[in-house]
Amino acid sequence: MKSILMVGVGGQGTILASKLLTQGLLAEGYNIKMSEIHGMSQRGGSVVTHIRFGEEQVYSPVIGKGKADVIIAFEKMEALRYLDHLAPNGTVVVNDLEVPSISISTGDKEYPQGIIEELQKHAKTIVINAGETAEKIGSQKVVNMVMLGAVIGKMGLENIDWKKLLTENVKPDFIEMNLKAINAGVELVK
Amino acid sequence: MRKKVLMTGNEAIARGVWEAGVTFASAYPGTPSTEILENVSKYPEICSEWSVNEKVALEVAIGAAVGGARAFCSMKHVGMNVAADPLNTVSYSGTNAGLLIVTADEPGQHSSQNEQDNRNYAKLAKMPMFCPSDSQECLDMVKLAYSLFDKIGEPVLLRMTTRVCHSKSVVELGEREEKPFVPYVKNAKKYVCVPANARIARAELENRLDALKEFSNNTEVNRIEDNGQTVGVIADGMCYNYAKETFGDTVNYLKIGMVNPLPSKKISQFCEKLTKVYIIEENDEYIEEAVRALGFGKITYGKYAPNGERFFPAYGELTDDVIEKTVYAKKINTVDADASKIVARPPALCAGCPHRGFFYEIGKRKNVVVSGDIGCYTLGFAPPYNAMDFNNCMGASISSGAGMQKVFNKANNGLRVVSVIGDSTFFHSGMTGLLDVVYNKANNITVILDNRITAMTGHQENPGTGYTISGEVTEAVDIEKIVVALGIKNIKTIDPQNLKQVNETLDWALAMDEASVIVMRYPCVLKKLSMRDHEQYPEAYKTKYEIDSAKCVGCKLCLKSGCPALHLNNGKAEIDKTMCVGCGICYQICKIGAIKQRGAK
Repeated sequence: MKSILMVGVGGQGTILASKLLTQGLLAEGYNIKMSEIHGMSQRGGSVVTHIRFGEEQVYSPVIGKGKADVIIAFEKMEALRYLDHLAPNGTVVVNDLEVPSISISTGDKEYPQGIIEELQKHAKTIVINAGETAEKIGSQKVVNMVMLGAVIGKMGLENIDWKKLLTENVKPDFIEMNLKAINAGVELVK
Repeated sequence: MRKKVLMTGNEAIARGVWEAGVTFASAYPGTPSTEILENVSKYPEICSEWSVNEKVALEVAIGAAVGGARAFCSMKHVGMNVAADPLNTVSYSGTNAGLLIVTADEPGQHSSQNEQDNRNYAKLAKMPMFCPSDSQECLDMVKLAYSLFDKIGEPVLLRMTTRVCHSKSVVELGEREEKPFVPYVKNAKKYVCVPANARIARAELENRLDALKEFSNNTEVNRIEDNGQTVGVIADGMCYNYAKETFGDTVNYLKIGMVNPLPSKKISQFCEKLTKVYIIEENDEYIEEAVRALGFGKITYGKYAPNGERFFPAYGELTDDVIEKTVYAKKINTVDADASKIVARPPALCAGCPHRGFFYEIGKRKNVVVSGDIGCYTLGFAPPYNAMDFNNCMGASISSGAGMQKVFNKANNGLRVVSVIGDSTFFHSGMTGLLDVVYNKANNITVILDNRITAMTGHQENPGTGYTISGEVTEAVDIEKIVVALGIKNIKTIDPQNLKQVNETLDWALAMDEASVIVMRYPCVLKKLSMRDHEQYPEAYKTKYEIDSAKCVGCKLCLKSGCPALHLNNGKAEIDKTMCVGCGICYQICKIGAIKQRGAK
């Protein structure tokens, strides 16, 4: 049984990434459950998706505190916010990106310094720059696919036919670029 | 082989509704239930509709079911309070064809104002209630509910919780089984609920409840899993999954899929062999009380231990880590980081949100109390606006504002009440409050923020948008005409993206002793604009603004707009060009002309 917590900020495309991931796992024959809280996702709030899969029966769709094998963070402060969900021997894959929350934008608070160092102090941490990778591929819009690739690489799920799933889920013109982004994400965590 | 797909609980409910041959479905949007009807409406065989509120939703569904077609209705937990009136009598009269009502509860209050446990409504209304624990059970229990109706004649409730609604698991799909209409035959004795008839119906209801108790004791949805242990767990809904994660096969289980009536015989049979039983349920001690009443209090560990002390937490979700922590009284090993490095990330009004102008201006006013309501605009309470004093339930802004204004007038304290409500909420239950304002001569000011969509729940059509749930063109109800018809004499309609207009209109309203209504109309920034929106707002969200950094003095005044597209960079304001949609609020706020339209000279 594996538990993946995917965290980010509303609008970062975590929902599509987790949708593709779960469809891939299902096609591969895994038992799977997934849970997301998305009521506030379009309003810039913190968003989180729980994914649990394995050969054995999966009961709970929710990852409790101290139980996640991997946290995939689309934004670095979100990694820290959900760090208490990580199992003591778990891994954090964090996108080196700062998205200010509203109290930071309005100047009431500062974006905290030293987040990556703080993560590294407590957990196995892989830092990636998904934005830079996506830019090289051609668009910031595929940041979520780079992050999905990082999950795939970290969990060893490269054998799943991701191209087929992309064909079923994104417009034809974008399949190649999305696939490139996934492959690049896989490489980032190798 | 049947097709297997991943579905959320909400999608599976919709699929079950379709497979069960339902003809009519209604709802009012509310997290976490909204996607149920959205998915039902994709099936052309089903006549689906967004009702104006939950009471109306249930009433139209009752009409459809009495009329002879299988009917369905869904709502969030607090919506059931609105629908409680028809609910508590339809259990007496019953319906002609099957009726299923879904309530979506919110343990943990992810998107709600309270954590009420609607299993209590099943008891109150004396109706059977099912509690699915995953998406497959959602689909199966919908079909079971309609077949139970066909046996016993009692409408059925189904209780979801957020995690059942919004989690995905595998579902095996079936086919639709068409249900022929049950011919309508006049039967006043059954359907006209005057006391003489209702007393008879009350006695008949008792007979149905006896039959339902029998059913509950025999149905497989209330299931004992005997692992040969002396410790047991009784759990319903999602809690069963949390319990399985925690205990595996080290305990026996009684999985409760039907919570009203509870299977008393099965509970007794299960508990008799045990030395200890954990009751794992979210929200109230609903099952626990029944287990204690059956005489097993000495071995029962639920919200309370046998000695009366608190055991499981009184509120919040009972996920496996919470169960583990309580049962084994141990600290869960977690990775704990420096909390000072985490800044809260609450939801905020979007860049370009047409509510911003109003909250920016009203937040600066003194001697004004803002009576709020339920919707995106509730976020106006938060910094930097701090522009909402209280709210309670759908529609209360106007009525509670009226009561408060009357007391302020008596106290002669000079405070004015501004009630703020959205378009969908006004249609839902604001109109009656406004009628009360007129009738009882209250003089609070009502601001209707009409963004032409039900935004907070993810953009559902409403009576003001001109479209039905299936995208059909319908009458776009005119808010101003309603306001005038209700008896309001002072009404103005303005553009909330124009701060000068907002201010002048507030001055106009505050200067009067009479009640007034200000309609602030501009389509939601996230809305897929309709033809009418395009015609009336051709400039909407088509431009972008930028900061002239040579002119910006870093005064931070523009940041008071609370727009997420604005931030400070090296002491000067900066506009995120991907987020900016050109609402121009910051441009109007800037006193030194440092903000200009992109491309402008």
